[in-house]
Amino acid sequence: MPTDAPATGSSGSSGNAAQAPAATDVIHDIGYRHYDGPRLGRGYARRSLFTQSLRAAYGLGRSAKSKVPPALLFGIMCLVALIIVAVAVGTGMDELPLDYTDYAIYLQPVIFLFIAAQAPVSVSRDLRFRTVPLYFSRPVERLDYVSAKYAAMASALFVLTATPLLVLYVGALLAKLDFTDQTKGFAQALVSAALLSLLFAGIGLAIAALTPRRGFGVAAVIAAFTVPFGAVSALQGIAWEQDNLGAIGWFALFSPIGLIDNVQSTFLGATPATASPEPVDPSTAAGTVALLVALAVAAGCFLFLLRRYRKAGL
Amino acid sequence: MLYHPTVARLTGRAILGRRRALILLLLPVLLIVISIVVRALVGADDEVTADLLGGFALATMVPLIGVIAGTGAIGPEIDDSSIVYLLAKPVPRPTIILTKLIVAVGVTAAFSALPTLVAGFILGGNGSRLAVAYALAAAVASVAYAAFFLMLGTISRHAVVFGLVYALVWEALLGSLVDGVKTLSIQQWALAVGEKIGQGGHVVSDVALPVATVLLVVVTAGATWFAAQRLRSLTLAGEE
Repeated sequence: MPTDAPATGSSGSSGNAAQAPAATDVIHDIGYRHYDGPRLGRGYARRSLFTQSLRAAYGLGRSAKSKVPPALLFGIMCLVALIIVAVAVGTGMDELPLDYTDYAIYLQPVIFLFIAAQAPVSVSRDLRFRTVPLYFSRPVERLDYVSAKYAAMASALFVLTATPLLVLYVGALLAKLDFTDQTKGFAQALVSAALLSLLFAGIGLAIAALTPRRGFGVAAVIAAFTVPFGAVSALQGIAWEQDNLGAIGWFALFSPIGLIDNVQSTFLGATPATASPEPVDPSTAAGTVALLVALAVAAGCFLFLLRRYRKAGL
Repeated sequence: MLYHPTVARLTGRAILGRRRALILLLLPVLLIVISIVVRALVGADDEVTADLLGGFALATMVPLIGVIAGTGAIGPEIDDSSIVYLLAKPVPRPTIILTKLIVAVGVTAAFSALPTLVAGFILGGNGSRLAVAYALAAAVASVAYAAFFLMLGTISRHAVVFGLVYALVWEALLGSLVDGVKTLSIQQWALAVGEKIGQGGHVVSDVALPVATVLLVVVTAGATWFAAQRLRSLTLAGEE
């Protein structure tokens, strides 16, 4: 500004002094057409953000390189289910070699890796390339952005955890296993998978939204899942050796997968996957508290994300 | 010249700068807090010490810190292309890799082997020499993990993911199901070294010490050499 002012002043005084004040600011109509079409509004923007984020979680609509990790992890999840079904059918078993509810517990590293790899894809890049302010310059509100991202990540996780269950279920029915038994187990596992998706998506997104660096986000998310699991497993092993079986269920409250395990062992008829030589059922109180803690953590992560985006920049 | 102080300083800052050191510090602090609690509740017990140090410190903490330090030493620089400013300097690329490796090994050992030693003394006062055995195993594992993950950092942009796939799926998941996998696991090689020191049969490895030593040396040297080769012919690409 200070460099401009003397320039216009000198041209005004040396040149045509009478014309300078007459040149008022005018916006010329240079013939651009106005947009008269329908305005699709907030709901549409929210739905689009949800679909785009869900597709991005599996690398759809992105480069071939970014399709590799999610496709690989999804492939492992389904392949193991296929092998189990093939073995069960091939050897003529009268039930599947594992419960539906056990599946996510056995393959937890794959689920950890999926959320760790894809949560930063969903939120960190928007932060790193400063596209978040662009979203909020549209009719999208903070609540829309957060709920669309959260719902998309939870749905992606549900697809990851429920598809292999579906493979197992279809395989079991084709093998003519008992229909009511299988349907009951399948339905129970689906409920558990839904809770798992909700909880894991919340934790993953909340941590990933803290860092604009993708690599560091991946490591931080995986640490949040595996470190409590490792610590809790070690403590459960010690509690078993000390014959303190009541403590085992309560220790599980301190790890995300332990929460899910407690809930499904208490309410969904699953065999607990505690780190002890034999499974130890958590008390009903530990199961109920686990359910409450899981829901509270998911809600807490959502509220945290809302707070996180109050300032749209870094 | 194999060590370049400026490169070392920059790498150290990349791994530990800003709040990253605090986050890295969380893991050792957690280990020591758990150790104090367990010691207070259970008392000194070799079995418990072996469970906690083997199950948590060596199986979870060391690989995780190895991934963060190993890939963090070079990954972010390649990711945002700022490595070109380093490569444009008259520093031999093997020197760059070796310096980064030294820093990564130092960070991993400082944040994993040292706390393991402290936790071992808290848990059992070095009974059956478990504290020293596990700390040494952690230190040996630090070197191999750092070299391996540093190499991954030069190969792929998704190095963190692939590093974690190795640590979690290969070593932890498949290692507990398929016995043959344990032969090709840095964790087991490091445990073989610890087995030699620990008494009372608490430190157990599935690999014999001579084999483990050879494999450790081969992997560390091979990964470092390959990383240097990769850096010599590095192509930079934009964000996908």
